[in-house]
Amino acid sequence: MLTKVTPRSDLLMFVLFTLAILAMPLWLAPIGAGYPDLLQKFAIFGLFALGFNILFGLTGYLSFGHAVFLGVGSYAAVWSFKLLGMNPLPALLFSVVFSALFALAIGFISLRRSGIYFSILTLAFAQMSYNLAYSVLTPITNGETGLRVLQSDPRLLDGSGSDTGPLISRLFGIEMTGYSGFYFCAVLLIVGFYISQRIFRSPFGMMLRAVKSNQNRMSYTGLNTRPYTLAAFVISGVFAGVAGGLLAVTDPLAGAERMQWTASGEVVLMTILGGAGTLLGPILGAGLIKYFENIFSAYNEQTLHAIFSFLPDVIEAPVVSIAGLFVGEGWHLTLGLLFMVVVIFLPGGIMEGLNRISKIFSRSKPKPKFTSSSQSAAAAE
Amino acid sequence: MEILNVSNVNKRFGGLKALDEVNLSVEQGHVHAIIGPNGAGKSTLLNCFVGRLIPDSGSVTFLGKDLIGAKPHEINQIGVSRVFQTPEIFGDLTLLDNIMIPTLAKRDGAFSLNAWARVDGLGEIRDKALHMLEDVGLAEKKGMIADSLSRGDKRRLELAMCLVQDPKLLLLDEPTAGMSRADTNNTIDLLKRIGERGITKIVIEHDMHVVFSLASKISVLAQGTVIAEGKPEDIKGDPRVQEAYLGGAHV
Amino acid sequence: MDAIVLQILNGLDKGGAYALIALGLTLIFGTLGVVNFAHGALFMLGAFCAVAFNHVISLEQVVVDPTKITAWGTPLETRTPYIEVWLGDTGTTLLNYSVPLSILLAVPLMLLFGYVMERGLIRHFYKRPHAEQILVTFGLAIVLQEIVKSYFGANPIPQAAPDVVRGAMDLGTLIGFDPGTIVYPQWRIVYLFFSLGIIGSVFAFLQFTTFGMVVRAGMADRETVGFLGINIERRFTLVFAIAAMVAGLAGVMYTPILPPDYHMGMDFLVLSFVVVVVGGMGSLPGAVSAGFLLGILQSFASMNEVKTILPGIDQIIIYLVAVIILLVRPRGLMGRKGVMET
Repeated sequence: MLTKVTPRSDLLMFVLFTLAILAMPLWLAPIGAGYPDLLQKFAIFGLFALGFNILFGLTGYLSFGHAVFLGVGSYAAVWSFKLLGMNPLPALLFSVVFSALFALAIGFISLRRSGIYFSILTLAFAQMSYNLAYSVLTPITNGETGLRVLQSDPRLLDGSGSDTGPLISRLFGIEMTGYSGFYFCAVLLIVGFYISQRIFRSPFGMMLRAVKSNQNRMSYTGLNTRPYTLAAFVISGVFAGVAGGLLAVTDPLAGAERMQWTASGEVVLMTILGGAGTLLGPILGAGLIKYFENIFSAYNEQTLHAIFSFLPDVIEAPVVSIAGLFVGEGWHLTLGLLFMVVVIFLPGGIMEGLNRISKIFSRSKPKPKFTSSSQSAAAAE
Repeated sequence: MEILNVSNVNKRFGGLKALDEVNLSVEQGHVHAIIGPNGAGKSTLLNCFVGRLIPDSGSVTFLGKDLIGAKPHEINQIGVSRVFQTPEIFGDLTLLDNIMIPTLAKRDGAFSLNAWARVDGLGEIRDKALHMLEDVGLAEKKGMIADSLSRGDKRRLELAMCLVQDPKLLLLDEPTAGMSRADTNNTIDLLKRIGERGITKIVIEHDMHVVFSLASKISVLAQGTVIAEGKPEDIKGDPRVQEAYLGGAHV
Repeated sequence: MDAIVLQILNGLDKGGAYALIALGLTLIFGTLGVVNFAHGALFMLGAFCAVAFNHVISLEQVVVDPTKITAWGTPLETRTPYIEVWLGDTGTTLLNYSVPLSILLAVPLMLLFGYVMERGLIRHFYKRPHAEQILVTFGLAIVLQEIVKSYFGANPIPQAAPDVVRGAMDLGTLIGFDPGTIVYPQWRIVYLFFSLGIIGSVFAFLQFTTFGMVVRAGMADRETVGFLGINIERRFTLVFAIAAMVAGLAGVMYTPILPPDYHMGMDFLVLSFVVVVVGGMGSLPGAVSAGFLLGILQSFASMNEVKTILPGIDQIIIYLVAVIILLVRPRGLMGRKGVMET
């Protein structure tokens, strides 16, 4: 990084981040992303990617089954609604506890291996959980239909039956939908960002980077790598669990498809698109992917015809049919291509791209011949 | 006083007997060199000290503690550090981080969930690390990424990473292999300066110049057994040693 | 006893598919050092070669006969596949053998695709970290399956086996069981022998040709082979193309067993990776035997007797085996010591 990191610069970064997140409804409105459903997704998946980054970005362990914790978080939250009532706070507590337990168990086993073996182990656990959620665990997960809150559920804290309206999560009477739902998610994203920032700057974070860099040297330096990686795994699992819990808070239902490995792949993409190992990158990546998903999947043939209507008919028809491959149902094709393009050309993600651009600009400034080297040395500090 | 005791250590790889009833006693404060032709089992022996290999039989004790079966990080935590033949460093971290990590490992132990403190707030650790970098002459490169160093600098960095932990026993696996004469001499000087701190060292080395300018005791290993042991002057004239070398790998 | 034999047989055809995909995965990993997450997509592409071939040869000539009126009052249309119009009975036979015949299309197509994929993409990832290899091939797999989806739709497209082998066969009577106890679809027997044939040819190719010798040497010690001055890169391309073809052929012939859909590759990929891990990364015999072994295990786990004791076991058995193997014997059943053990 070019600028020196100090407690003051971190505080500034945190304050700016907080303001930017809270003001999202304002500055995202002009690009058509200022409505609550999408904003909630930004915050929730930002949190998911932020947590994934603590594992993948710092330690380099590529988990291909992280969506399990998202799913577990959702199921736990819905069960909290069913048993305790529609308050989001106990629901999130449930999410934290259960995702932590799952992460502890899966991490304990998977982290005995590294490299692609770790990826395959996490994938195997994810597939197992997904398959079981659809089959024998149906009493807990409600199988294909998905788990939802029913009027007949006990809901001990807010009393079953007394509430006849729609079953919506409420915090002190405020409905967790729309903008209030977004602000609830945003607050958790901000808390998550703060935790992530602390970890990045802490000795613990430095040790996680050391894991990525050279495990051999680490153990000959007297450090036990296993608890470090396990701690990172559990922390990132809990982030995912809270994100899953928030999905349920904003819309009280949970389904097994949340645990599918395509969902795990999506969070990997978000993280690398933004820049794995950077603080802001994963949130940026999550936002971009959810934004484009929203835009691209909304297009259909009519809207495309409307867009390309300025073209002569001979050209318009093929253009529309080609463009049609990438939008609507074909959004996944765009996603796959994006995946490849990012890995091939910009493995450091958008943050690295921005870094490169800023370097080009700072280099192109005319400078006296001799100061440049000392300046860059000072900058490197 | 004896710091490391190796008795009757055996290690086989398939049909090959890599170590055959090796006995070794390393005295506190000495620089003990282990020499021998290629394939004599020197590195295998070193690997048995740090938990990388477990001998088939025999015992290795360090200050009375059994090292066999202990994990590498546990062995380091009781005061044994190792420099490798090809430098093992944290390649994509800065030099300063490279030194701060072992310093923290020494202070906080094998694991500490120190996620709330700030690295830039660790004044004492940082000062110690900077001081160490100065000692090995890398202070002005502290912000550089370790992978961008020259091979010689990487070795010095690795040495600094070990030294900053104030080990009781330092294992050096061919610390000058592949170095130019000038770099070799620099390293010898550096090692001599460390000698003043009273750290016990075991050095594996091919270069006789290095061995005779550093070692206070030499063990000669050939085909997995110690064939001679003694002061450098004695070893120089020993006919068995000359035979092992001339009849061995140097043909 | 007969139930056990039946379950073993049931596992064999699936095992054959796993083995063929795992064989290619291992070949690619062992020689090129690349983790190919798009290998399942190659299997799927093979299956769609069969679909495409069938589409093409069953294109129909529509003849409208205005003199005859149907019950709905429209002129009578007779539809005849062109191939029957041109070739008569031979055409009918060709149509009937559409699945095995599509091998003729799949071989060159998959070889070409493998060649292009290796030259255009994989080559640039030899020296990149495994994580990036996984990610880029994962991206490619998504792209391939989405393209297939946009042309062929999301629904499975059943393919018929040729009439002669469409029925079932009472295998039990051949080996002394009572009639009717072990009845087995004939196409599955064909598939089993087909996969054994392919596996045999790949092994023979590697064993008896100079090319194969170099490839095997490369799998054992890549650096040394590079030092010998052998242009290993050129051979890598061919290895990749062959692995792609093997996966494709596995897909073509599997279509009568499982109607292909666009995401079948992903399902098979995850399982085949598990097979590779269980067999031992970089071990060809390991991949093949683990493929069959896991296929059989899976079919045992789906027996009702087993499922009542261990509900859901059929869903997770393969993953469970993988987890246990990775923890107990990380190099897999037949992996070499020290190869990718951590």
